Amino acid sequence: MIAWTKRMALLASLLVLQGCATVQTADARDPWESMNRSVFQFNEVVDTAAIKPAAQLYVKVLPSFVRTGVGNFFGNLGDIWSMANSALQLKGQATVETFMRINVNTFLGLGGLLDVATEMRLEKRKEDFGQTLGYWGVKPGPFVVLPLLGPSTLRDTLALPLDMQGDASQRFSDEATRNALTVTRVLDIRSGLLQTVDVVKAASLDPYSFVRDAYLQKRRNDIHDGNPPSNFDYGDGESEPK
Amino acid sequence: MVSLSPNKPVTVVNTHLGRKPYSHFMFKTDTALFLNRRHVLVAACAASFLGASGLAMAADEAPEAFIQRITNDTLNTIKADKALRNGDIAKIMQLVDTQLMPHVNFRRMTALATGPAWRKATPEQQKRLQEEFKVLLVRTYSGALSQITDQVVVVKPLRAGQDDKNLVVNTEVRGKGDPIQLDYRLEKTPGQGSGWMIFDLNVLGVWLIENYRNQFTKEINAGGIDALIASLAARNKSNAKPA
Repeated sequence: MIAWTKRMALLASLLVLQGCATVQTADARDPWESMNRSVFQFNEVVDTAAIKPAAQLYVKVLPSFVRTGVGNFFGNLGDIWSMANSALQLKGQATVETFMRINVNTFLGLGGLLDVATEMRLEKRKEDFGQTLGYWGVKPGPFVVLPLLGPSTLRDTLALPLDMQGDASQRFSDEATRNALTVTRVLDIRSGLLQTVDVVKAASLDPYSFVRDAYLQKRRNDIHDGNPPSNFDYGDGESEPK
Repeated sequence: MVSLSPNKPVTVVNTHLGRKPYSHFMFKTDTALFLNRRHVLVAACAASFLGASGLAMAADEAPEAFIQRITNDTLNTIKADKALRNGDIAKIMQLVDTQLMPHVNFRRMTALATGPAWRKATPEQQKRLQEEFKVLLVRTYSGALSQITDQVVVVKPLRAGQDDKNLVVNTEVRGKGDPIQLDYRLEKTPGQGSGWMIFDLNVLGVWLIENYRNQFTKEINAGGIDALIASLAARNKSNAKPA
């Protein structure tokens, strides 16, 4: 695992050097655009060659109720970290409801395989440490595309080690179990996005800036629990924007 | 007149069913046909009773009721028609043109996505840009129609203190899996259409216009409005090919 991480770091630094060679007109939120574009392309290649086909196979081989169970299982483990972050954001009701979600799903939902809590109208609220930092006023900083992990910001990247620590599926002492869980999780996530990724490709003129703008909007949305103040100029109702 | 606004019968029907939170705006879709019939019946009775025209009533509609009505109508149409769910583009385009476009200020949407360059575009360029943009959006979202089974659209209570010219209605599509955030940005258009026009759409926290502005600007900077139209047309052409 460590050797692999080192190789990734080397690869990343090579991509940085390569990225610096090209000059781009910069978006203020994306000063590292040329490097990001390189990593974005690299991720595309890896995805097309390995992750997407594996996810397609996963969908083909396993019946839908098994895949739903897998998704619910990880969702339930993820709720633990969401609850901690709700608490760090002083969201009392969300913390209590997520606590109830975990209990209901673990004990009534066969260890998290069934999402009974959602049926009971206990709403799922995803919170991570990046959102907690955002809640307390930490700005997102520059946009970053991470190798394999995809779009992020400097703030969210710095929060990532803690998010990984908080991930309950990585709390098993046995390394083989942890790795198996990681692989399954990647397949679970990617299989859920098979259509979305195709839609993004079909909908965009420039997939990179489409993904970047969507990611940045989505994070603001999540930090403000669905209602961020609009910072887009809609003009005065006339058809002609100034 | 106010008490006859079309969301009233909905409230009555739902109270019968005894739903509590959000019950005012909630439809369980398997009963939607029944509710609609009741809804139409009550509305028709009320209208004939006072001799009020349907149009005058529609103009009084609250923004949440407006969104609930058009999303339910559209969902029911899609559920009833297999060709739509199978991605029959001609039929979907017809649905969009007849049921959705009358409620959308698409000129404003396209203008906002284009930015300052819109004013310099000729009427012919503006028309072509709107056409290509519409095809792009319809094709993009038509794939999602195959996912529609037993979803329910829940309109959330309106946030207080919003401006009539720029008003957000938050909704949630509930079905299997995590709920999908779907918000609409409306402007009040008294005496025009249903009294409200949609001019932006938010899917899962991403506003559509904002997400196209940068991409459009990039094309315009590279080759003007015509380059943007050409890119959109090329994208539409390659999307039309079966994968």
